[in-house]
Parts: sequence; C-alpha cells; structure tokens
Amino acid sequence: MNPALRQRLTSPRGLVTTAGALVLLALVVLGPMIWGDRATTTAVADRLAGPGAGHLFGTDELGRDILARTLVATRTSVLIALGATAISVLGGVLLGLAATVLPRPVRRLLAGLIDILLAFPWLLLALFFSAIWGAGTVSAMLAVGFAGIPTFARLGHTLAASVMGRDYIRAAQISGLGPVSIVARHVVPNILPPLTVNATVMAASALLSFAGLSFLGLGVQPPSYDWGRLFQEGFARIYVNPVAALGPGLAIVLTCLVFTQLGELYNQSGRRPSIVRRKAGAPPATQDGGPVAQIEDLHVAFPDASGRLVERVRGVSFSIQAGETIGIVGESGSGKSVTSMALAGLLDPTASVTARTLTFRGIDMTAPLTRTSRGVLGTELAMVFQDPLTSLNPSLTVGRQLTEVAQVHGGASRAQARDRAVTALTSVGIPEPERRVKQLPHELSGGMRQRVMIGMGLMARPKLLLADEPTTALDVTVQRQVLSVLRRTQRRSGAAILLVSHDIALISGFCDRILVMRNGEVVETLAAADLHEARHPYTRALIACVPDMTSDRSRPLPVIGDELPEEVPS
Amino acid sequence: MTTPAPVLLEPPPRAESRLSPRAAFVVRRLGRLLISLALVVVGTFLIVHLVPGDPVRAALGNSATPELAERTRVELGLDQSLPQQFAGYLGGLLRGDLGESLQSHRPVGDVLGQRFPVTLTLAGTAFAVAVLGALPIGTATAISARGGRHRILDLAVSWVIGILLAVPGFLLAVGLIALFSISWGLLPAAGWGDPPHTVLPVLALGLGSMAYLAQIVHVEMLRVLDEPYLTTARSKRLPAHLLYLRHAVPNMVTSALTAGGLVLSGLVAGTVLIESVFAVPGLGNTIVSSISAKDYPMIQGVVLVYALLVLVLNLAVDLVLLALDPRSALLEG
Repeated sequence: MNPALRQRLTSPRGLVTTAGALVLLALVVLGPMIWGDRATTTAVADRLAGPGAGHLFGTDELGRDILARTLVATRTSVLIALGATAISVLGGVLLGLAATVLPRPVRRLLAGLIDILLAFPWLLLALFFSAIWGAGTVSAMLAVGFAGIPTFARLGHTLAASVMGRDYIRAAQISGLGPVSIVARHVVPNILPPLTVNATVMAASALLSFAGLSFLGLGVQPPSYDWGRLFQEGFARIYVNPVAALGPGLAIVLTCLVFTQLGELYNQSGRRPSIVRRKAGAPPATQDGGPVAQIEDLHVAFPDASGRLVERVRGVSFSIQAGETIGIVGESGSGKSVTSMALAGLLDPTASVTARTLTFRGIDMTAPLTRTSRGVLGTELAMVFQDPLTSLNPSLTVGRQLTEVAQVHGGASRAQARDRAVTALTSVGIPEPERRVKQLPHELSGGMRQRVMIGMGLMARPKLLLADEPTTALDVTVQRQVLSVLRRTQRRSGAAILLVSHDIALISGFCDRILVMRNGEVVETLAAADLHEARHPYTRALIACVPDMTSDRSRPLPVIGDELPEEVPS
Repeated sequence: MTTPAPVLLEPPPRAESRLSPRAAFVVRRLGRLLISLALVVVGTFLIVHLVPGDPVRAALGNSATPELAERTRVELGLDQSLPQQFAGYLGGLLRGDLGESLQSHRPVGDVLGQRFPVTLTLAGTAFAVAVLGALPIGTATAISARGGRHRILDLAVSWVIGILLAVPGFLLAVGLIALFSISWGLLPAAGWGDPPHTVLPVLALGLGSMAYLAQIVHVEMLRVLDEPYLTTARSKRLPAHLLYLRHAVPNMVTSALTAGGLVLSGLVAGTVLIESVFAVPGLGNTIVSSISAKDYPMIQGVVLVYALLVLVLNLAVDLVLLALDPRSALLEG
C-alpha cells in the first residue's frame, strides 16, 4: 500500500469511512440472515406502533418491525445500486471507447449522440426507460443503469481521447499494435483511476435514483421491499409516526455518504493548510521626506502542505529613497518577489509576515490599513506584474481599469478620469488612446498591455513603482520598449522604482543600487557601477552566467550549483 | 493554483466558417436542437413499440374482453404498418393532436395544457431561489475562506452545504413536512394553488440546487480571487464592494451560469419526485400515474413535453451565455 493512501486511511475521516463501508458490507452479507425473521414476522396486536423500546422505528400496518426491515433492505438497496452502476459504467465506457477508436464518421456520430443524450437529466431518462419496461425491480434497475450510460460514455470518451494523444500511444501505433490491443493495454489502465472515483459517485446517485423510483411506486414491488419502498410506506403514515419514514431515509443518506467518501478517500488531495498570522512588534516610524519605503528584519513564512510554516524570507532589511532605482536580483525561490509583495501588503492571507519595520510612506504594512492609508497606497504605490496577459481584468475595459483609482481615491469625475486615462496612455506611448480605452485587454498585444499597467500607475501621483519581473513574459524587442517607458515614467513622476528580476544584466543596466538575494536573505548590496567588484561568490556566479561578446562559445555556460559556499570567503 | 484565463482560440474550421463566430455558434446550436427534437419524437413514438410483449394487453390486463382490446389496438393505431403509424404520429404532433388518454379518455393535449404551467411555476421559482441564494452565499464563503479569519463560521456553512448536497430532494421534502407541517403546523403539507402551498415544494426542490450552485460559485470565486488581475485590483486599494463586485464577480459568472444551466434541467426532472411528495397536480404526478397505468398516449405526451422543456431551456442558457460572454462561442468545439 502506498504511504499516502495509508495516511488517508488512518486519518479520522478515513477511519470513519472505512468503518462505515465495513458496516455496510456486513449488513449486505448478514442482514437478511440475522433480522430476516423479525422483518417478516407479523403481529396484528402490535400494528402501527410508534417508536418504542421493542420497536425502535415502530411497526408497519402488519406489525412488522421497521428497524429490522430497514436493516434487511440494505442488501436489496445496495446490490441494485451496484448493479445499475455496473450497467452504466460498462455500457458507458464501451460506448466512450468506441467513440474514440472507431473510424472518424462513426466517431463523430457517436460523440454527437452522447452530447445530445447528456442534455437530458438522468431521472427523465430513467422514467423513459421505466415507461418502456414498466414498474418492477429489474426494469427499474435497468432503467437507472441505462440512464447513466451517457454520463460515463462522455467521461470515458474524454479520458480516452486525452490518453490517445500521448506519445506512448503514438509509439504503440507505430509499432503496429491494433486499436483493440492499444485500448486494452494502454488506454484502459490509464483511465481506470478517474473512472473508479466517478463510479463511486455514480453508485450514490444510482442508490438515490432507485430509491426515488421505488418511492414513486415504479421500483421494487410488494411484497419485496427496499429503502425507497419503506420510505414511501412510512411517508404515507407520516402524521402517525415520522420515524417510519425518516429511518429508511437516513439509511439512504448515510449509504450515499459512504459511497462518495470512499471515492474521495481514493482521490483526495491535500487539504488547505492551517493559518497562523503573527503581527509585527515595533510601531511605524511615521515621516514624510524620509525614505519612501523602509524594511527592517523582514521575515515571511508560508504554510506547506502539512500546515508547517516554511520561511521564505529571512531577515531582509533595506530602504528605498525618493526617486531611487533599486533592483533585487536572484534565482527563482530566492524570496525576491515575496519581499516586494510583502512591502506592497499583497501577499496571500495564508502568509505570515513579521518585521521590525515594514513601512511605505510611514504606513505600517503589517497592521490593518486605515481608510486614509488605503488612499495613500492606492495612489502612491503603483505595481507592474510579470504577466500582462493575466494581470489585467479580462472582463473590464482598459479605460475602466485605468480610471477607477482616480475616481475612488482622487475624487475625479468620470469625464476627468477618462481624460487623465487618455493622457496616461499617451505618455506610455500607446497609439490611438481614445480607441484603446474602450477595448478589452485581450484586444491588445502583450507589450501594449504592460504599457497599460505602467500607465495605470501614472493615473495618480506614484512615489514608488514596484515592478516584479515586468519584462520576463515579453519578447526581447518589446522588453527594451517597456523598460524605456518605465524610465520615462520615472523621470516624469519622480517616483522610485523597485525592479525585481532574475536577470542581472537587465538589473545592472537599469538600477542605481542592486540587492542580491539567495534563499530568502540579502547576500550582497552594491552600487550598479561596482558590479564588477562584487565579492560574494553567488553574485560573481550570476554575472558569469551572462554571456557577452567575448564569451567562449565552445564551452558551456557555467551553472550555479548547490555546492556554492554560503558564507563570503574573505 | 492559477489557471491561465481562456485565451482566444482559433475557431475550428467548419463548413459555415464564412459566418461570424457568433452566428456560426447559433446555427450549430439550432442544428443540434433540431437533431435532438427528431430523436425525442422518434424516442417517444417507439415507447409503445419497445414494450416487451403486447402493449394493449399490458395496458388493459388479462381481464379485458377481446373486443375492447381490439378497439384499443385501433385507437393506438397499432393495427397499421410501422411507417403508417409514424406518419400518423408525426401528423398528429404537427396538428397538436397527441391522442386520447386510455384511462380518462380526455385529449392528452388538454391534460398537458392544464398541468404544464404548474410544473413550470414550481421549477422556475425553485431555480430563482437557488440562483439568488447561491450567488451571495458562494461569493461570501469564498471571500471568508480565503481570509481564513472566520474559520468556525466557514466550517459551519460548508457543513450545511454538504448536508444539503447529500440529502436528495424528496427526502428533504419529507424532513421539511415533518418540521414545518407536523411539528410546527406552519405550512400545508400537500396541495397547490396559493403561496403557502408553494413554499415547501419550492424549498425542497431548490435547496439542493442552491447548495450545488453555491459550491460552484465558491470554487470559481476562489479561483478568481487568486488571479493576478485581482492582485492588480487589490494594489489599487479599492473599497471591498468594488473589488469583489466589479473585479471578481463578472469573471466567475460564465462558469456559474453554465452550472446553472445544468441545474435548471435537473430541477425540471426533480419536479417529478417533489410533485409526488406534495401532491402537486403537475406533469410529474401525471407521468408517474400514467406509467403505473400503462396509459401510453399520456406517457408519450408528458415525456415529449419534459424533453422539449429541457431542450428549450438548454438553448436559452447557451444564448444567454453567448450574450454575456462572446468568448463562449469560440471556446466551444
């Protein structure tokens, strides 16, 4: 047994589910043997008794014990549900596989048919088949089973089609394997796990549907009985003894839960981790005219899959002066983006942020924000993110996304904000700004969208432009344009820039001061002009990885390994 | 986890590719509706013919006289050849003539006309309740769960939703009757006509769907809340109502509506059981009694109306989606 499955089985939920499944199994096997007599013994004196010591659920009109009948009915109810599920799964998978491997015209016809059948709710299909085969146990089981075929046909089709596209299937086809062998050997084993999970869900639905049919009088016919039938009989006397209906009803619900939980157990992925949020200790140092942002001893931790906190930023300190251009460079996972997002106060709520000081314009970013400080942040801190495809809202026009800050925080009217948006777009070099403001982001190119993001920052009076890998998702020529737009923006507004990138060449060409980060720590801080004097081996290694015109192209570029010394050798 | 926002895909090349993507989508949908209609007509026609054994004997039982059996056989048109019968059935449908009930001898069309509005009202009200409840609940629980500050409340809500999902409508119906009608005597347990009579059936039918939709909205909302563009919006420090209503909700409406469409046809089918529990005189009660009585013309009529309703609703949902989000026409293969 694999360890993950064992862990799930021994979790409280796993134990309860397993116990439930075992009880269910025992009832199916032993129920009729143990309580069979009690369930069929009629006692006219005891008829229609309410719940009491002798009969926990009461008795029916022939004086038979309803609890015993409920327990005995487990076998019929569960077996019928499983039978119907088997019909759905087998029929559906065969149809779905056929729709995958048969010649193209047949394939499309089958897929179309499955689509159409899927439009009809399950119960309606079941009623259609019931209408043909009439009321009765076997016909209702067939009806429920047949009604589930389209669902599984679609599932099997989708799964098989995705497997069929893989390389190993192509390889098998080239090696001359026939379609049937490919399906048997390669497709079926690969689609089995998701099918199993869905089969357990199907079993629960089948149980419910069949109970529904029995309740309507179209399923099991007297003198046989299942939970649906017992529920119907109980419902007829609900004013006399509600437990007679609720008892079998509870059995149905609990069994459904066992079925679906078994599937979950098989399928379950990690749950959301627990969250610990700590607060910073020191009060904010309020000032105007001092540094734009100040960070002292910043620690950021995230919970991992098991809920333990893992520290990703470990004691970072630096400050940003007005108008300064500062760059953070480091490999992915070095904590550079986390640091900048912590400064902006935009980390996930799961993150635990602590710092002696973490301020932007004197606002303590570790404390809840006041209304005023929200206004300051909204207008004076501008952000540019890595992927312009996803950082603009796809369902709002460019104009709306630009104007709202001016309207919300700046108190501008709609028309004023609109004018300012056009000006902002012009200043980041977007042609036809009047037309662009009416467009949705997907109508713009990637470079254009990144300009829109920068323009968004220009809508107010930015004091700091926080650019997190602003050019990584763009191609080289567009990268240069975006950087020069950033530079122009800075000159015009006098804002400081914090540029985060993995690209030391880009950072050193753009920034005044460079912070080199590794494993959540700043390993070296130096002026861009002094880069060639870098002392830390990691910085030197980063520089060495950048090829220039004099690099020996017959030799591979150096790779930064883990064996790099952690401390600076002097 | 962030999934990339759906990017414009090239529409697959098709015969009608000269049409605009939207028009092509509508044409494809109408084409599918026609094929589905044809299937439904053939399917309902075949009900009588797929019955194992002799449908007339099945309907009348062994005690019926041979004369009555023969008369019924002629009435059902079973004395004619199969193509003749189908032509007759189709002609009748086009004239609006669905035959006569074997039991009450009333025209099937009249009975349907009387019962259909009841079922439509029930399903429609339940749908409205489900959607109007699910949107705020799903949105609020997602925002709350992401913040992680009201963990007890989050857990309680997710338990209630889980229970509503696990309990099928007709069991919930009986539970509601036990509480509201028997224990507290607040609402009537059966019947139809005035507002008090509609409350319990609508709740029993709609609550499960509401829980399902709320779950979809919850998951979709969590996805949207993790999108980079929401970080952009947060960086603007907008008031909460703008952040969520303007930036988040529009981006999950499409998927919520798609799920809503599925729920709608599920609700239509769900009326069968709920009507049976609350003795509501709608299509559901009609189909159950006519299946038990093997009243084939009536069965055919009700199945036809149910199927039509489902098809029309599906088409309507597709068209609404198209109007709200033009990209849905392109993403659909």
